Amino acid sequence: MSDDKVKVRTTVNGARVERDTEPRLLLSDFIRHELGLTGTHVGCEHGVCGACTVLVDGVPMRACLMFAVQASGRALETVEGLAPAPGRLHPLQEAFRDAHGLQCGFCTPGILMTMKAFLAEHPDPGEAEIREALSGNLCRCTGYQHIVDAVKLAAERGR
Amino acid sequence: MKPAPFRYVAAESLEHALAAKANEGEDAKFLAGGQSLVPAMNFRLAQPATLIDLNGLANLDDVRTEGGALRIGALARHRRIERDPLVARHAPLLAEAAPHVAHPQIRNRGTLCGNLAHADPASEFPAVVLALGARMRVRSTRGERWVGASDFFRGVFTTALAPDEMLVEVELPPVPARTGTCFLEVARRRGDYALVGVATVVTLGADGKVASARVALCNAGVTPVLVAVDDLDGAPEQVRKAIDPPENVHATGAFRRHLAGVLTRRALAAALERAGRAA
Repeated sequence: MSDDKVKVRTTVNGARVERDTEPRLLLSDFIRHELGLTGTHVGCEHGVCGACTVLVDGVPMRACLMFAVQASGRALETVEGLAPAPGRLHPLQEAFRDAHGLQCGFCTPGILMTMKAFLAEHPDPGEAEIREALSGNLCRCTGYQHIVDAVKLAAERGR
Repeated sequence: MKPAPFRYVAAESLEHALAAKANEGEDAKFLAGGQSLVPAMNFRLAQPATLIDLNGLANLDDVRTEGGALRIGALARHRRIERDPLVARHAPLLAEAAPHVAHPQIRNRGTLCGNLAHADPASEFPAVVLALGARMRVRSTRGERWVGASDFFRGVFTTALAPDEMLVEVELPPVPARTGTCFLEVARRRGDYALVGVATVVTLGADGKVASARVALCNAGVTPVLVAVDDLDGAPEQVRKAIDPPENVHATGAFRRHLAGVLTRRALAAALERAGRAA
């Protein structure tokens, strides 16, 4: 066993970040506790719920199933990076508000990050594709219908 | 929960990774995608003293053909398996099974070779590579050897890998002419482990009759289970007798056995139909 610290050098929402951390620090805890970006939520910590999903070099991954040190040299995006300016929302966030795509909001950050990457690849998705893309994110409030509606709305507006 | 402390080694080359593993043996684990290892560490079911991170290594994620066979490197991720045209052409069974493996976010990071080395009998890919007669290229500081899929899976989370060895590549042999394949599973929810899953391979002779047929199943025993089918009509019964599926809160053993029979019939019919089209 060793408590030697390792260097983490990464960018988060475009800003350069450097910290010394324990190797065992999960990326999810690094984002929340070291950087204070608490929009990334932690649900199950074993890769099932999807609440901690962030973009790593543009690709959605579970922040609870990576170590912070593995983010070195990568570009991270979290939900805090979506809104273009204070008081304004990302089109995806607007669509979620307008279509009632959230209730308690716990799962929402992970869903937004997953859908951001999904819509970039699938600008005109069918409902089955949307549901497949959402399959890795658990929501216990909405029954998913309004989330699917919100993604459709965001896609429509984006075209 | 949080992982126990460990020493972190960012491998600088394959040789560096193998030397570190040779040095520490069972106490060290290779970290590829980590999508099975990290959850186990979060629950402290696994507490390796050292993690050897392979993610910085170049060229380990190759997907290529060699002598008609398809070779997939240690860092090729599930998403690549799902989408790479070479996989779709040379091992459509693997591509067909890929979307059943966990969720998109997990598939973006998890690796095929990591999945095989983890050897979870409930997982889809071990059954698929068994059905396809794959070979594993295994390396250590002592050298290199090849292990056939039928010798590789030894038990629950147990493989033929020695403590100093790494699975560096899996090779899928060329699919014979007039061959069709199919993967089917039943899971409670999309992305969950299958209650049972079935991979089938059917090859027709020049006369159009079935020359060979085999079925490999996941979550049907302590390893993936391979059944060489005598005749297609009798296959569901043959499979039901050959397997010893787990019994737990998700399903009884009897129900899984029933499902295995039904899926075998359907997946063999689909593979037969595809073999006819390939003829």
